Amino acid sequence: MGEVLTDAFKQLLANIQDYSVMSGRALANLATGPRYFQDILDQMDDIGVGSLPIVLMAGFFIGAVMVLQTGSQFTRFGQTALTGDVVAIALVRELGPTLTGILVAGRSASGIASELGSMLVTEQVDAMRAMGTDPSRKLVTPRVLAGILMLPLLTALNDFIGLLGGCVASVFSLRLNAVEFWTRAINALDFADIMQGMMKPIVYGFILATVGCYKGLTVRGGTQGVGRATTQAVVVASVMIIGADLFLTKLALYLGDKIF
Amino acid sequence: MTPDPPQNGTAAVVAFTNVKIGFEEGDVLRGVSFEVLPRETLVLLGETGTGKTLTLKLAAGLLRPTQGRVEVLGQEISSMRERELLTYRRQVGFVFQEGALFDSMTVAENVAYRLREDRLEEDEIESRVQESLRFVELEHTGDMLPSELSGGMRRRVSIARTLATRPPIVLYDSPTAGLDPVTAQTIITLILQLRDVFGVTAVMATHRLQDGFGLARFRFDAESKRVVRLEPNDAKASSRGESDEPITRFMVYRDGRVYFEGTPEELAESKDPYLQKFLV
Repeated sequence: MGEVLTDAFKQLLANIQDYSVMSGRALANLATGPRYFQDILDQMDDIGVGSLPIVLMAGFFIGAVMVLQTGSQFTRFGQTALTGDVVAIALVRELGPTLTGILVAGRSASGIASELGSMLVTEQVDAMRAMGTDPSRKLVTPRVLAGILMLPLLTALNDFIGLLGGCVASVFSLRLNAVEFWTRAINALDFADIMQGMMKPIVYGFILATVGCYKGLTVRGGTQGVGRATTQAVVVASVMIIGADLFLTKLALYLGDKIF
Repeated sequence: MTPDPPQNGTAAVVAFTNVKIGFEEGDVLRGVSFEVLPRETLVLLGETGTGKTLTLKLAAGLLRPTQGRVEVLGQEISSMRERELLTYRRQVGFVFQEGALFDSMTVAENVAYRLREDRLEEDEIESRVQESLRFVELEHTGDMLPSELSGGMRRRVSIARTLATRPPIVLYDSPTAGLDPVTAQTIITLILQLRDVFGVTAVMATHRLQDGFGLARFRFDAESKRVVRLEPNDAKASSRGESDEPITRFMVYRDGRVYFEGTPEELAESKDPYLQKFLV
């Protein structure tokens, strides 16, 4: 029993080490050539533009739901005007980045893992290496960079559409004035909120891309293994994003107090 | 049986010295030594799991031995850093068992892959791709995706992709596995052409003994563009490294070691019960 646990712990440490080395190399590759600009653009298109519909739809609905939930509470105190404040802060600081991170993890981390996993089991990754191409540069770095660049943009759009959904809900459900909602929402936000909301998705983009690549490039057991890696990529990336959220929130609040 | 050392001082293109490699399950290669001289073809035989593919991957620098030296084209690759290996691998062609074509790229893009990496002019790339695809008689498939091709066609594209960079050495991993006899013969003819037209040195892992004998007994005549039988005298007169005639040698693995290394005739005449299994 003890031996099994020790082996499992060693395996976990080895995985963390391999994951860290792969992620570190993906970033270090940015400093030197060759760079694959076309692959970076393709991945930005896939992760960014490809995820746009689900991110926007989810953003709209979550903004509207936030208004319905908070509005019903505020109505009891006759303070429905505060709805805009609450929705703006909750969306920009927390819900926007985390929801976007989890949604894109569900879509892109799984996509990356299955694509790279399939390439691995059909020896395409070896073929790439055999032709003198570094898979870390060609496959990992473009995906990681695209994740880092696209997630903040998706989050910004998600925040805006979320507020729009909130506005629609507050106008039709709480009979609030749209101008009042927007004015309160925008005034409620300060720079520290925006910084917090834009810092998180950079980390989330890094997490979902690196986890997807790592799970894809460490597939064992043929096509069945690819399926397993795809599921694991989504689960691990989502849990890591939520876990990272805790630390990033604490860090952002600390920095917000110290700097702004 | 111990492998014969080369008879003369010709520099080996591929040289393995006491190479060992193993995984968690145990050692697969347990001290393998052999040499391949320029323009030779080494046919690597062995049961499944005896380390044939590992040998090719070691020669391509895709794996590192746990012990021993691997030298290819005069470079000791077993101790090279990954960055140096990337440069080295550009000189070596590798034909994977299932072709390993990039399935999101067209056939032409697959063949052009290495040339684009080397940032050649588009005109040059276009002509090299066409030439390579014409060589394997698949010039009409340039815009198709690998998934639209048959298994045999994919192997031929894989050979075209290898040929596009004109490597002096090509490693074939069971190039005819799973193919019907006619298609397998087409692949062997292409390998003959690569050897006899482009002077490629080759190591070929295979389960099919007839593939090896096909390479040993025939040659491709560039003038008549036909496969012709090698005169028996050619094979006998040509001792290793001395003749312009293509030389094919056989090597058989057993239990992670070289069990037999020699000429096709030596293998065919062997009375060894283990080798007889391959000859049946």
